[in-house]
Amino acid sequence: MIQLGCSLLGSAIADDRSWEMDDYQAATARWCSGCGDHAVLAAVQRFLADLQLPPEETVFVSGIGCSSRFPHYINSYGFHGLHGRALPLATGIKLRRPELQVFVVMGDGDCCSIGAAHWIHTTRYNPNMVALMLDNGVYGLTKNQTSPTSPKGVRSNTQPKGAFLEGMNPIATTLGVENASFVAQTGDWVPDHIYAVLKAAYEHRGFSFVRILQRCPQYTDQLYLNAMRDSNTIELLVHPDGVDVPALKQIYKNEVYHDPADLVNAFRLAQLDDKIRLGVFYRNDDLPVYEEVRRVSPKTADEKIAILNAELDTYAL
Amino acid sequence: MASSSAAAPAAKKKKAKTPSPQNKSIIKVAEHTVEVVSDPGEGAQKCAQTFGRVSAKMGNGVWTVEIIPAEIQPPPRTPPSTSGNRVRIGTKPVTNWGDAAHLVVAFNEQVLLHRHRANALNDDCAVLIESMWEAHDDEDIRKEWAAAMEEMSGKRYRFIKVPMEEQCLTVVDNPRKGKNMFVLGMLANIYSRNLDLIREQIEVEFRKKSQAVIDANLALLDLGHAWAEANLDFTVDVPIEPPPVPMVVMNGNQAIAMGAVASGMELCAMYPITPATSASHHLSEIFENYGGIVHQAEDEIAAVGVAIGSSFAGKVAFTITSGPGLALKTEFIGLAVMTETPLVLVDVQRGGPSTGLPTKIEQSDLLAAIWGQPGDAPKVVMAPATMEECFLCMITARRIAEAFRCVVMVLSDANLATGVQPFPRPNVTRDWIAAPLDLSPVPDGQKPYDWDPKTGLSARIIPGRQNGMFRATGLSHDEDSKIAYSPDVHERGCEMRARKMAVFQQSLRPPKVYGVDHGDLLVVGWGSTIGAIEEAVDRAREEGLAVSSLHLRFLSPLEPGLKEIFNRFTKVMTVEVNYSDDPNAPYITDENRRRGQLAWLLRATTLVDVDCWTRVPGHPLRPGQIHEAIRAHMPKGA
Repeated sequence: MIQLGCSLLGSAIADDRSWEMDDYQAATARWCSGCGDHAVLAAVQRFLADLQLPPEETVFVSGIGCSSRFPHYINSYGFHGLHGRALPLATGIKLRRPELQVFVVMGDGDCCSIGAAHWIHTTRYNPNMVALMLDNGVYGLTKNQTSPTSPKGVRSNTQPKGAFLEGMNPIATTLGVENASFVAQTGDWVPDHIYAVLKAAYEHRGFSFVRILQRCPQYTDQLYLNAMRDSNTIELLVHPDGVDVPALKQIYKNEVYHDPADLVNAFRLAQLDDKIRLGVFYRNDDLPVYEEVRRVSPKTADEKIAILNAELDTYAL
Repeated sequence: MASSSAAAPAAKKKKAKTPSPQNKSIIKVAEHTVEVVSDPGEGAQKCAQTFGRVSAKMGNGVWTVEIIPAEIQPPPRTPPSTSGNRVRIGTKPVTNWGDAAHLVVAFNEQVLLHRHRANALNDDCAVLIESMWEAHDDEDIRKEWAAAMEEMSGKRYRFIKVPMEEQCLTVVDNPRKGKNMFVLGMLANIYSRNLDLIREQIEVEFRKKSQAVIDANLALLDLGHAWAEANLDFTVDVPIEPPPVPMVVMNGNQAIAMGAVASGMELCAMYPITPATSASHHLSEIFENYGGIVHQAEDEIAAVGVAIGSSFAGKVAFTITSGPGLALKTEFIGLAVMTETPLVLVDVQRGGPSTGLPTKIEQSDLLAAIWGQPGDAPKVVMAPATMEECFLCMITARRIAEAFRCVVMVLSDANLATGVQPFPRPNVTRDWIAAPLDLSPVPDGQKPYDWDPKTGLSARIIPGRQNGMFRATGLSHDEDSKIAYSPDVHERGCEMRARKMAVFQQSLRPPKVYGVDHGDLLVVGWGSTIGAIEEAVDRAREEGLAVSSLHLRFLSPLEPGLKEIFNRFTKVMTVEVNYSDDPNAPYITDENRRRGQLAWLLRATTLVDVDCWTRVPGHPLRPGQIHEAIRAHMPKGA
């Protein structure tokens, strides 16, 4: 078969390639054993294989932190960027190459602290991409500092008497941003749920913000211990427009039928702290997508020269 | 420079009679410098810019410099509120703003005072001043007028009081909006400008306004013209020599925007910052016609990040900023260097450090641009010296960035950004424009950093290409972009990124000396100072001094052959618009003296004891100042 590079160049050309999960594996993950990142990576690789996304048209972009090593472990294009700055890089890629499938992986310090401006503004730009925020409530790579999502009282090397402030609520924060179009939460101990949320996020047209709750086995191993042991602390948000994983109904008895179109109820659910809620809080496929808003028709070199010469005429003596 | 009296000393009549055109004196000169100053919002800038553009279009050499207050609305009728332009026109090409003005039009005596205090006016400057303040109803204003006149009485300025407001009221209700067109009419009369060209220009500049507004402006233009014709006893003739080639006229920021278009780049990511923003304004108006976009990011960091992401995925992108923005972009610049992602970064320099002088010229970012990133971050730093070079350097920058997979910084400055100068019309060619993306499969075995061990060069792979998947990373990495876990990998990466800059440097030609290639003193400059330096060198040579000059376009890596050139001169001295200690100031020794930024660089690179003469006045250097500095710095015995 003739390989013409990017499949979009020849939509009529059959691409008979296929990919197994292993085909999406690059370097072997070097996270600690027991780290939630492993579960996310496996779910992502399973998802890529199920959707048969061509590796060369897929780009994983990350910041800096444990979870930001992610692109090194996925056999696609990748950009392991700067702490907090994954989203501008991803926006730049999507702006000029909207046909590429862009995934962003960030940590909680990465996204909610040093990169907070980009988190808010990219939500508002609403580019069509999936952003995974792997939230373990701690700075792990730099060895145990309080993060913006560390719950109050959790001890760290920078706040040894316990975090002074309540942790941020990334779901409620994202929901408050103009143009927020997809906001979901899942947890590293429910791989099937990660998978379902990932799929919904990918299918959503716009900026899909997914917070993935997880432990750091080194520093915050207690963080979701209770949630894992006691299924009663969890409430699933289910809806045909969100996610509904039948297999989980055996374990999790608490579920609420929440229409992700209902922003007011999404806010209410995001603010409640009686239970941990997993599912799609909000989804709106009708919001303008930045790379489409900014789409311009390309011009050939000759066309450019003609316009430029006409433009120079206006400056001529 | 031909120094001339603006107005003939004749006709010292208090009440101007109506001189007929026949008995007007005609001041014929090779060049003339005029300033128009007002409070902000009164339109002196638009008036002077139009005058400059029309003069260029008629075939005069032109150089304009903005005179701008730092605030949008400073208190009116105060010297700091002075807003306007200087326009220097000549028969031959004009390369700088000159020394002092021969004629000034002032909308009040306070803005005139600003120019007086700045030594911006010739001793016998003709001053056309709004007359309404002298006998104003407000006693304070009358006192201010009297005090100002007293302060300026030591000069031989020739005051010509012009009833601007009174005249304009015959045409419009609010003369605040319109006096500038009246003044433009006067200037058109004084300098015999082509009224049709001015009318055309007014229609272009007010194209977004109603026809009524345009008509009122045209009427004011005619009124000013007629008033000058009837009341002034002189005209100025700066003969026109039609240029031998077709010319265009624009300011440096427009030239950068147009050059970016001509380079085929298709994405500019920026965040508003003075004095860089006007380039983005211009680009925002036109870029989409060429399939390009201007992305206004949430901050300076995101702006460069979007540009790098865009470059990583396709055609070279650029970002445009000024000093404070350059500081914020530092970390991302390092990432582009480390990942060898091409990037063009334009820094329209202003006064620093910190917020500094946002609207004013300085050349203080040179060392920050070259060395500002932690770790070794080799890149190309270049500086256009003229408006034409602002245009052309964008094409060169894009090509270098692509061919060498590197960051190219273009250091412009506030003087180039806002100054208007005619230059030969660029002949746009296909090879200026970036090629379409290559999305063919990557050949087996080609690595993302396939460094040629001799040159450090490697071919870039972009997403979408089969068989080429790799993970770019800011971590130290090997040829496969795999994270370095051994010391030799980091050594090799550093070496390869540095090596290609050496290869690039070898492709440059040695710079050409202006004047004789040996002598007593060599003046070295960079950026927008070229015209003032060369004019000063010409004057010094006329006096018999053995002075030449050298102007550098590439600052990192430096152009080749410098040491050899320097060795042919007894003394080498940089002239720059950045800070250096006066060697005779208290506590200053040869060891602790802070030097001009290019001087540091040249000393380190050539081991020649390069001296410097620098100033940071917030305005461009004047040729007269540099001439004096040359005299003062001639080596002993020369």
